[in-house]
Amino acid sequence: MPLTCDVVVIGAGVVGAACALYATRAGLDTVVVDRGPVAGGTTGAGEGNLLVSDKEPGPELELALLSARLWAELAREGLGKAVEYEAKGGVVVAGGEAARAGLEELAAGQRAAGVEAVPVPADRLTDLEPYLAPGLAGGVHYPQDAQVMPALAAAHLLRASGARLLTGREVTGVLRGTGGAVRGVRTDRGDLHAPAVVNAAGTWGGEVAARAGVTLPVLPRRGFVLVTEPLPPRVRHKVYAADYVADVASDSAALQTSPVVEGTPAGPVLIGASRERVGFDRSLSIPALRALAAGATRLFPFLAGVRAMRTYAGFRPYLPDHLPAIGPDPRAPGLHHACGHEGAGIGLATGTGHLIAQALTGRAPDLDLRPFRPDRFTEEAE
Amino acid sequence: MRTDLAVIGAGPAGLAAALAACARGVRVALVDAATEAGGQFYRQPAAGLRAGRPEALHHRWRTWERLRDGLAASAVRVLTDHHVWAVERGPDGFTVHALLGPEQEEPAEVHARAVILATGGYEQVLPFPGWTLPGVVTAGGAQAMLKGGLVVPGRRAVVAGSGPLLLPVATGLAAAGVEVAALVESTAPRRLAGHVPALAGKLAEGAGYAARLLRHRVPVLTRHTVVRAHGGGTMTPRPDGAMAPRTDGAPLRLTGVTVAALDGDGRVRPGTERHLPCDTLAVGHGMLPHTDLADGLGCRLDGLAVAVDAEQRTDVPGVWAAGEATGVGGAALALAEGHLAGRSAAARLRGTTPDPAPAAVKARTKLRRSAAALDSAYAPPAHWPEQVTDDTVICRCEEVTAGAVRDALDLGAGDERTVKLLTRAGMGWCQGRMCSTAVAGLAGCPPTPSRRPFARPVPLGVLARQHPQEGPS
Repeated sequence: MPLTCDVVVIGAGVVGAACALYATRAGLDTVVVDRGPVAGGTTGAGEGNLLVSDKEPGPELELALLSARLWAELAREGLGKAVEYEAKGGVVVAGGEAARAGLEELAAGQRAAGVEAVPVPADRLTDLEPYLAPGLAGGVHYPQDAQVMPALAAAHLLRASGARLLTGREVTGVLRGTGGAVRGVRTDRGDLHAPAVVNAAGTWGGEVAARAGVTLPVLPRRGFVLVTEPLPPRVRHKVYAADYVADVASDSAALQTSPVVEGTPAGPVLIGASRERVGFDRSLSIPALRALAAGATRLFPFLAGVRAMRTYAGFRPYLPDHLPAIGPDPRAPGLHHACGHEGAGIGLATGTGHLIAQALTGRAPDLDLRPFRPDRFTEEAE
Repeated sequence: MRTDLAVIGAGPAGLAAALAACARGVRVALVDAATEAGGQFYRQPAAGLRAGRPEALHHRWRTWERLRDGLAASAVRVLTDHHVWAVERGPDGFTVHALLGPEQEEPAEVHARAVILATGGYEQVLPFPGWTLPGVVTAGGAQAMLKGGLVVPGRRAVVAGSGPLLLPVATGLAAAGVEVAALVESTAPRRLAGHVPALAGKLAEGAGYAARLLRHRVPVLTRHTVVRAHGGGTMTPRPDGAMAPRTDGAPLRLTGVTVAALDGDGRVRPGTERHLPCDTLAVGHGMLPHTDLADGLGCRLDGLAVAVDAEQRTDVPGVWAAGEATGVGGAALALAEGHLAGRSAAARLRGTTPDPAPAAVKARTKLRRSAAALDSAYAPPAHWPEQVTDDTVICRCEEVTAGAVRDALDLGAGDERTVKLLTRAGMGWCQGRMCSTAVAGLAGCPPTPSRRPFARPVPLGVLARQHPQEGPS
């Protein structure tokens, strides 16, 4: 059977787009296939956070730092405007003394790992954010935090990759040959033959893995984002309260809200996201929206008089240890995974794509991929 | 406030529902955004205008009088100036969340055991080059100006588009003294003729309008469409009377339209274009159901309308729907559906067996049939997107052009949602109510119901105050 291409990427979200970009740059003939349109899943419901500030020292922070460098590089190459890249920086604030002490301890660890984290005393916070509420205990400024518009990022990374894009086409199975090696994918409109397949299906990554005969326990976490009416620029950075960090690493299934407040080039302020484990339930949760509004107006009192225009919900794909699955799957030679990035997929996309391209071309990866091994959960089960 | 039944929308469906339920002994609150009950259909001139004969602008005035007087004599609590942004289902009933008009900053809540959604519909307008010029209004907007403000939008008008609304708009404008240069309807008369049995009543109504069009000498162009609206007015008279270029930055204004004939496939027939001077174009392409509140409650939709059973119940227990929200069919159908919904809700709230009025059931069956016939007969030209030039603005709130939408399609957007994400079309103040059908058309997709969790914008302070754990962290 003649080969269709060198690699099939399943998923036209931002992670799939970044995999396609770095794969084609590595000289691989790439096809991207998605059952929906570009950015039709979690990417389209994201905020576009490229954050290092919310990550504790460890493998995810290393991936975030690599990704931040790569995003900045892409922006310099000329993609910045198209994807609305803004190196705006983040400001994390603490409401009370205990939160401030915790935040400074985290920042010290992050600095040791290579993060720029500048403590900001309480009386200097308004230099960075003039409209912040009075009475905060202090904060930390993270100049490396940045922002892109997620759907534009996916679409323009895909266009820049030159990969062939097949939308509206569902992968119904992964073709396996002798010895279990991957030979391509079966879709509802014909087979695509390739020696390598990348699972960048986000929240549906577990389903794609199952179609290849392997398990990957990807679960959805629901998040709502509130969008305000367009405003003149008043919120300059990505601003959030220090309890956000605790929420990200949390295992609690209850509603937790940590409002990241940020302006956008188009004018609206984004507030998000809430975090709930409720399966794929898309129905409106007014309590979650109230909690977002309460958190945002606590940080920026002027927002109380600003109108929320709309809200959108999305499902963040996560794995039990809150790290993504990145790299080759020894259970199915030729199959690579690039999914499970939870609420950080936009930010971590570039590093993920870069590492996947290195794995596909047999080069040594820039980061140790062991913490991201896709088969790490099956071992535990055995 | 607390009540048994909250009826949202005080148009024909809501009025009929509220009266039917109240007459059967349940406490009813009738909630509406306007300053007076009546909805769009029975829109009343503001009291301050002292209209001498408001009935002259209305069809079926006697029905309105009956509803109005019935409401005044009833125990229905009428809550006007209540702009509902969401209905929330709780463990012991529903909370209707509203903002008090016209500022829409102060919240008001109505707690009810059951809800009837009579949220009506809104007008659909498909874009064409020049449609954003001052002087171009929606057909329904022109009618609202007549009914509510007793004003005419201009001196010489063209009424264009598709659908049964164009007839009363053209005759209403003509009766108010506007010279109607043409009624331009894209549907061919023979398409309506094909539905004669189902349209029995409607055709008589149509014949009445035809006679009035004739009396006012309104030329009717069927199977025609407006291909472009033209603007002018860059010159302005100087104090000495000579014309000079404008320096005040005032926008161009409508000076006329180009109309053209359509072929059997709905394409413009080359060489048939002609220019009609006018200062007003009233244009509309039918109505769409308002389903935001129903969708927020999790009610199942059937296509673009709220799905209901024979009692007008949605699939969410305690929620009924009636009128245009359940499928566009006109005021008479809305009255029948509202009445049936009100009776059913009252019976269910009182624990008795619903007793649907046979006459209302019969009317609903007949009127739904004619609504379906009208719906399948009237259609915008099949190939309307071909006439939309790249520089035509599609989303007016965010100023997104057709060219930008086409670029997004080229980038891999295959549907309305992705076009929105890539272009911001539909993200502005109207939340896609104006442009969503157009975006779907340009994308080559059937229109899908948009999700608008906030039926209208709500201040963050209002949301925040309702949060139980609000306080310093």
